[in-house]
Amino acid sequence: MTNEEIRTKIYELITPLNKKGISLKPETTFASDLELDSLTVMDLVADIEDEFDILLPINKLPELETIQQVADAVEEDLG
Amino acid sequence: MDLLDKFDSIIELRKSLPFEKADPFTVVMEKVLSQTKAVIDGRETVLAGTNNYMGMTFNENALNAAKQAIDDFGTGTTGSRVLNGTYSSHKELESVLADFYNMDHCMVFSTGYQANLGMISTLAGKDDYIIIDADSHASIYDGCALGNAQIVRFKHNDLDSLEKRLKRLPEDAGKLVVVEGIYSMIGDTAPLKEMLEISKKYGCTTLVDEAHSMGFCGPNGRGIMEIEGVEHLTDFVVGTFSKSVGTVGGFCTSNHPKMDILRSACRPYIFTASLPPSVIASAIAAIQTIKAEPWRAEKLWENAHALHKGLLDAGFDMATEKAESPIIAVKLDDILMATRFWETLLNNGVYVNMAIPPATPSGINLMRVSISAVHSSEEIQEIVNAFVKTARDLQMQL
Repeated sequence: MTNEEIRTKIYELITPLNKKGISLKPETTFASDLELDSLTVMDLVADIEDEFDILLPINKLPELETIQQVADAVEEDLG
Repeated sequence: MDLLDKFDSIIELRKSLPFEKADPFTVVMEKVLSQTKAVIDGRETVLAGTNNYMGMTFNENALNAAKQAIDDFGTGTTGSRVLNGTYSSHKELESVLADFYNMDHCMVFSTGYQANLGMISTLAGKDDYIIIDADSHASIYDGCALGNAQIVRFKHNDLDSLEKRLKRLPEDAGKLVVVEGIYSMIGDTAPLKEMLEISKKYGCTTLVDEAHSMGFCGPNGRGIMEIEGVEHLTDFVVGTFSKSVGTVGGFCTSNHPKMDILRSACRPYIFTASLPPSVIASAIAAIQTIKAEPWRAEKLWENAHALHKGLLDAGFDMATEKAESPIIAVKLDDILMATRFWETLLNNGVYVNMAIPPATPSGINLMRVSISAVHSSEEIQEIVNAFVKTARDLQMQL
């Protein structure tokens, strides 16, 4: 799966949470741009884990501020 | 740069809530009249949010034991358990607790928070995994943060979500699954049997936090794990003295043969002062009283069922379909309604806990009642009546 395909899937998972209709880009941040609280971000991470059948331990979350960073982490885990 | 600027959003949130006279963050009990009544803002108020499940804070046996311990041993140990803070009564309490839970070992901590903090951060090391329920108590999350393990979170009480994650973990890694018997905000119980069976299938060590179940769940009051018949699948049990036992402190009990080595490795156990002898003495007396007086558990469940039924029949949206614990929570539509409801309810003579996002699971707004075995049936009705009057005062559709 390419990084772009991973991002596309992540955009789909974020869409229901994107209440303000922010234009989703690789550099979009979960906290500042999408204004998601930490619990919502953790729920989103769970959906991403299930979508790709991977694990994203929550200790990694501070390093995953943007959609691109999450896509990279997913790509890395998928090997 | 002002380091406190980062809290501006919380300050703004608090300011935005339309409290007029009282708010849950600053409420003060000016005088405690009994275990179920206090004076708040000059008014006699029914206490319906105290976690004093078994009515032990003014139990005569506990009071006398604490007073005697102050006379005999003074007001505090002034030291850590591993230096100068272990008295014979600490060992006695550990023995009483091990006996209560039918386990071989027990460690007493200075708070329930520290029990989770210490056990979780010490049990799982650098290359290990801790698997936690999404709705875990802050002490569990903080225990995870204090250690070096990888933290994996599954959806609340979701067996499929738990198993999916366990499947993805390396087979030979150290794995600690942490769940609670009763979850503190909504008061719902965990499907412990299935959870622990799945955990064991994947070779996990298990820790069950039974903070909200002691004394009234199961024939011997050992919690949801006893009700579900899964004590043999529970490697570590964490609990607290600040709810059913009516004082402060925490503990972990276990059959693990190497449990005692944690006394030399667990930082929240080693680097803090031990509990004062009066607290230890009242805890021992309270646990013995709970065992000797089964009416307390019976009355508590009677109260829980009566309150849940009363509020459900009145038309409130309950957080659980039935009373699963002494925590009975009512869901409200939004934060503004929750704010007005809490304050009006207090003005109508009943104190409960307001729980709002982001502190609440699933972002719901709760009026959380935690009742006691020593609430009278009349007081339970009084609580229901106050909820109904409050809804009417706020012109809320039931």
